[in-house]
Amino acid sequence: MDRPETPDIAPLLTPILAHHGHDASKLLQILRDVQDACHIIPAGAIDLIAVHLGVPRVNVEGVAGFYSFLSTRPVGEYQVLFSGNITDQMLGQDDLMQYLCNKLWVESGKVSEDGLVSIAGTSCTGMCDQGPAALVNGWALTNLDRNRLDLIGELIRSRKPVAEWPPMLFETVDNIRRADVLLGEALAPGDAIRAVLARGARKTLAEMDNSNLRGRGGAGFKTASKWSFCHAAIVEEEGHVICDIGGHPERFIVCNADEGEPGTFKDRVLLNSYADLVFEGMTVGARVVGAGKGFLYLRGEYRYLLGQLEGVLKRRREAGLLGDNILGQADFNFDIEIHLGAGAYICGEESALIESLEGKRGRPRNRPPFPVTHGYQGRPTVVDNVETFACAAKIAAQGGAWFAALGTAQSTGTKLLSVSGDVSRPGIYEYPFGVTVRQVLADCGAEDPYAVQISGPSGTTISWKEFDRRIAFEDLPTAGAFMVFKRKRDVFDAVRNFTHFFAHESCGFCTPCRVGTALQQKIIDKIHSGHGTPSDLEELKRLGHLLKTMSHCGLGSSAANPVLDALAKFPDAFERKLAGLAFEPAFDLDGALETARKITGRDDEWAHL
Amino acid sequence: MSKTISIDGQSVPFEEGQTIMDAALAAGVYIPHLCHNPEFTPHGSCKLCTVKVNGRNVASCTMPAVEGQEVLNDTEELNADRLALTQMLFVEGNHLCPACEKSGNCQLQAVAYYLGMMSPHYNHFYPQREVDASHPDVILDRNRCIYCELCVRASRDADGKCVFGMSGRGIGSSLVVNSASGRLGDTNLAVTDKAVQVCPTGAILIKGKGFTVPIGRRIFDHYTIKQIQTGGGPHE
Ligand SMILES: Cc1cc2nc3c(=O)[nH]c(=O)nc-3n(C[C@H](O)[C@H](O)[C@H](O)COP(=O)(O)O)c2cc1C
Ligand code: SF4
Ligand code: SF4
Ligand code: FES
Repeated sequence: MDRPETPDIAPLLTPILAHHGHDASKLLQILRDVQDACHIIPAGAIDLIAVHLGVPRVNVEGVAGFYSFLSTRPVGEYQVLFSGNITDQMLGQDDLMQYLCNKLWVESGKVSEDGLVSIAGTSCTGMCDQGPAALVNGWALTNLDRNRLDLIGELIRSRKPVAEWPPMLFETVDNIRRADVLLGEALAPGDAIRAVLARGARKTLAEMDNSNLRGRGGAGFKTASKWSFCHAAIVEEEGHVICDIGGHPERFIVCNADEGEPGTFKDRVLLNSYADLVFEGMTVGARVVGAGKGFLYLRGEYRYLLGQLEGVLKRRREAGLLGDNILGQADFNFDIEIHLGAGAYICGEESALIESLEGKRGRPRNRPPFPVTHGYQGRPTVVDNVETFACAAKIAAQGGAWFAALGTAQSTGTKLLSVSGDVSRPGIYEYPFGVTVRQVLADCGAEDPYAVQISGPSGTTISWKEFDRRIAFEDLPTAGAFMVFKRKRDVFDAVRNFTHFFAHESCGFCTPCRVGTALQQKIIDKIHSGHGTPSDLEELKRLGHLLKTMSHCGLGSSAANPVLDALAKFPDAFERKLAGLAFEPAFDLDGALETARKITGRDDEWAHL
Repeated sequence: MSKTISIDGQSVPFEEGQTIMDAALAAGVYIPHLCHNPEFTPHGSCKLCTVKVNGRNVASCTMPAVEGQEVLNDTEELNADRLALTQMLFVEGNHLCPACEKSGNCQLQAVAYYLGMMSPHYNHFYPQREVDASHPDVILDRNRCIYCELCVRASRDADGKCVFGMSGRGIGSSLVVNSASGRLGDTNLAVTDKAVQVCPTGAILIKGKGFTVPIGRRIFDHYTIKQIQTGGGPHE
């Protein structure tokens, strides 16, 4: 294997390793820093890191090879990654990316000859309400258009450090369009914790139970049950620990801020403007289950929030809301550490997230055992969504009955929706559960809506016939994404985008998903290129069955949802594109000549079959 | 009294801590499997061992046996799905059985026979994968790797070496070895290592042993994988 020439990396590595305390569980954080500094993870760095952390080299190489934002081949000094969500595409992302490529004389997916720049696509960066979006060296760019790309092109050509680029390029907004109890009514930092200390942990758990709060990350598991399992895991193990003794160091509270589901961006807004509420909820959870340590797992795409979040944590420590003896309570010690992801949707899956927190490849674990009993470092761990913790803080302060009175019986409280696509007012909408899709569409100014993707690619596609359905666990459960497509859109484009997403994000651990998502993408592409036949549609259904029933985790088991939904609800979208024969070979004779055409620079009639 | 589960209506005893697969193997009940080897920690990746428990699919090699479980195993639907997974494993790599030294001793091939695979069904991926012949005694042909990670587990847990590991992601996953050069010859792998013996396919082969047993006299030329893996094979 050839190893790219690298300068002596030891001097560069020493401070990075020291900063992370030579701790193997910080491997991902270390590799992120190396990537930042070198625009590659050099083979020599892998050797050294392995030696210094005392882990096998293969493990380091395995982590370096897993995450999209780490690369063992050089990327440009400036790496521009265009957000590839369907909503970005609908806003003209493909053209814009090509525009920048032409401008900088670079082919997408390649590095320019001088090593200055590389341009490629990436999964949704969570800026769907202010797209087209991209990342430059990991920093979020929004509202891209040709003018901005002209400027960006100039900045890159003049080698201006990204830190000195005009702040306007990185401006992000919350776009809160409808606020209810979570976003509308402020809670003073510390109020929820004070309420917990006054009431006691056991009674707080009872309030959580009464509230009937269900997880906002998608699965909708009852939060109080999860917390009590986690708490009970210790009781069982040690035989005598009782609930009100907090600060037990071996239990963990993890806030899942991976928000990788395309079309979802409500956690970004919570963390940007309601971080206190989220950290407060984690602290409440810590008191209830008796955890001494918490993690916020922040997706790499949101690294621009890291600085301000660290600031909030610092302020909370100074205010006695984190750290030792929280609010003067002698046995209440809890602190929060932030870990950054590095471009892997699968790390939103709770057990993969824990692996990633431990500095490993983000591979979902075998279950049982579940994280509530064997989580981070094998210890009882609660993993909850950002919004779940925000709700928990409110419940701790205002009581379970107050919360349970909102929404529907099975889906209490409110839900944040991230609305994007063909609407005039994209952004965050908070509704009590039970709101109809039609109502949301009216409020966000949807133009001639035809289909809505609820809860992202892994959720449900609904057609205009179903707009009276309700956002609720008992009807349309959602992690928050709400992507609107107008009548003029081709649903097939969305399906194709989503199948590419799943194939790109499959972790590769299990056969049905690793191979099945790749096969699904190939068939969809075949149909897209006009070579599809009815037998391909049958094959898609069969693959869908395998993905759904045989996969190891939720990524694989939902990877066929957009295909199966669209086949059932928008069969035209496929049939229009079929070649009309019973069988068409997958091998594209003309396509096979493409390489020859490229080499010879020909594209005339005689160069095609 | 020992606890029992039922597999396809047959009562199968188990001990606390055993998986459904453990219990089945002990009772001579065959559940197709590739990434499982009773000597190593269950992995749960190939999904061939999927069974239906109370209406839900689970990987039997990782699912603990629980008193009273009603397990469906040898059903038409499950075998059809297992066949499809096997076909997926064939097309994602480059498996040219007639030219492979492992032919006849290969578990992937044997499972395919058992499940009645007549064609690969899916289009071949024809991936480009590296062959590594740098080690004096062992050859690593990644074209035949099915990512069962048995070599990874064996090297780590039995040999105490960590010669093998996984890198990449999704369909771009790859088996990597523990040396800066990326070559097997630069690792401390020894031909006697457990890791060299466990590969279910022809991805890891010992050099200098080509066709010492001729084709036609190999294990699966005479026995089904079911016979071999449930103790009904040749008796030594
Ligand atoms: C592929 C995959 C991706 C996921 N991504 C996220 C995510 O980004 N954020 C999240 O909160 N939950 C995500 N989940 C769900 C988590 O596994 C877990 O159920 C959730 O964090 C639990 O929190 P909750 O009970 O508060 O919803 C994902 C699940 C899967 C299978
Ligand atoms: S279903 Fe996909 S993402 Fe989940 S473990 Fe299997 S390969 Fe990985
Ligand atoms: S080389 Fe063999 S044992 Fe190792 S992962 Fe590949 S198929 Fe499994
Ligand atoms: S044998 Fe159980 S998943 Fe492979």
